[in-house]
Amino acid sequence: MFLSTLFLGLVLGGTYALLALGLSLQYGIARIMNLAYGEFMLLACFAVTMMFTSWGLGPLWGLLVVVPLGYALGWIIHTVMMRPLIKRSGGGGRLEVDTILATFGLLFVVQGLMLVTFGSDFTSYSYLDRGIGILGTTIAANRLIAFVVSLVIGFGLYAVLIRTRWGRALRAVALAPGSAYLVGIDVNKLGRQGFALGGALAAAGGALVSMFQTFSATDGVVFTMKALIVVIMGGVGNILGALIAGLLLGLAETFVAAFIDPGLTMAATYTMFLAVLLWRPTGLFGKAGG
Amino acid sequence: MTYILSALGLAALAVLPMLFGDYGTGMLVGLAGYVTLATSWAMFSGPTRYISLATVAFFGVGAYTVAVLNEVLPYPLVLLAAAGIGATMALLVGLSTLRLAGIYFVIFTFGLAELVRQLITWFEVNVTGTLGRYIFLDLEAKHIYWQLLALGAATLALSAWIRRSRLGLALRVIGDDETVAAHSGINLARTKLVLFVASSTIITLVGAIQAPRWVYVEPSIVFNPTVSFLTVIMALLGGATRLWGPLFGAVPLFLLFEWLSARFPDHFSILLGLMFMAVVYALPDGVLAALEKFRRKGNGNSATKPAKEANA
Repeated sequence: MFLSTLFLGLVLGGTYALLALGLSLQYGIARIMNLAYGEFMLLACFAVTMMFTSWGLGPLWGLLVVVPLGYALGWIIHTVMMRPLIKRSGGGGRLEVDTILATFGLLFVVQGLMLVTFGSDFTSYSYLDRGIGILGTTIAANRLIAFVVSLVIGFGLYAVLIRTRWGRALRAVALAPGSAYLVGIDVNKLGRQGFALGGALAAAGGALVSMFQTFSATDGVVFTMKALIVVIMGGVGNILGALIAGLLLGLAETFVAAFIDPGLTMAATYTMFLAVLLWRPTGLFGKAGG
Repeated sequence: MTYILSALGLAALAVLPMLFGDYGTGMLVGLAGYVTLATSWAMFSGPTRYISLATVAFFGVGAYTVAVLNEVLPYPLVLLAAAGIGATMALLVGLSTLRLAGIYFVIFTFGLAELVRQLITWFEVNVTGTLGRYIFLDLEAKHIYWQLLALGAATLALSAWIRRSRLGLALRVIGDDETVAAHSGINLARTKLVLFVASSTIITLVGAIQAPRWVYVEPSIVFNPTVSFLTVIMALLGGATRLWGPLFGAVPLFLLFEWLSARFPDHFSILLGLMFMAVVYALPDGVLAALEKFRRKGNGNSATKPAKEANA
């Protein structure tokens, strides 16, 4: 029981970490707190489900389709919606409030569109729904695949951000948007790319979550919330922090669900969130005094 | 003079249920409720710019308190209990989040309604064993309207008083620059906390007073996120930093939403979202500020342009 819960928690946490990475990039690089993040993830869930049920295209192939679409959607939203707000704020603190409000409105629009298109029923599909034995416990194959793919994408992204010139420029924008342009970095362009990259990760996370979880058109808020909690626990813009915080969140949820009460998972998440906020507001791995 | 005018205005509003039928009075209840919600929301979030997305968390708690206690306690005590619970909850939330940067507060309030809803659902299912509750109170729509009217008037009066007091000045400084505020000796956390508790208690009371309208109450009904959403957009449309702003935002939007939800029930949330974005993009400071700007331009006296209002 304990061991299987542990595995289940780790596997779930891997997907949460991936989800949070996208939000972390959007907030860290583009300075936009996207409250509609979960809605974009759900769009990917529905897209992958549709491709699977109507065309028989497996979710992993679906992933390859929705990730570029997520990037494109992120790019468009940044250009059309966020750019005017950034221009208006002139780099001041107003941007944060404005983007929160704008994406809050976007949340209702996307949610409404999904409700009209897909209805409010819970949706799921069955893909590789058989157990695989690991160390004496069994775990569903689809969850395991989702976990492995999450880790591959997560570490791949980490490598890109650390090793490549583009990644270094993105990190420079995240670290010091006011000075990055002094060394010839186009801050606007990279902010847009960071936001679009976040959209791609939201799509990837959605495609993976849809493989093993039921979802409905109104679930976006919960996913956004989880991603936000992971981002704050791990420290904004901290990729490894998000990875570890995501795993912790997954573990906390599965353990509370298994040993205390499934109805209290959200309360547990919140308690953890509050504890981290009070104890270390800059995140578990963030620098003090940020 | 202002006092006489306000008293007359209030009296005129109070006789409105006599002129309208049941449907009209029902509308008045909703209208008075949202005006009060938007005004009390703006009391805290306007000057501090700490956007609270948790209006419905307090609103729902108020309604639920009435649902739980309406058969046990006399009605005034029920309201008092609701106010007490709301204030305690606001105190806890405020103490844990208001010391941090604004963004944490927004994020926390974003999920608070969902958390409270799930906790109450869990409690009802596991401990009391019932999910829905009935409210049988001998209150007609007009009684509810009068209570809301009184609460709304009190909220406006309180807002007006705060704006003139040292507290209001402190809040505006905080909204402009927290560092400056701290250096001029303002106790940041305490100032924000006092206002947040006051504003949340009023919101809780609105929920409590409106609760008898439902008769049947369950978590998914009273914790409807649209309430938070409407409150924010109404306050923003009118201008959250002005005393009368939320009122001017709430009245037209409420009527518009009533019409929209009857005409386009399926597309309601899409229209809501679009309208919300329209307000954020086109009227960032609210309609009153835009009107003033327009008038100033029309008069052409740009030479005597008054000093730009503090964070308006």
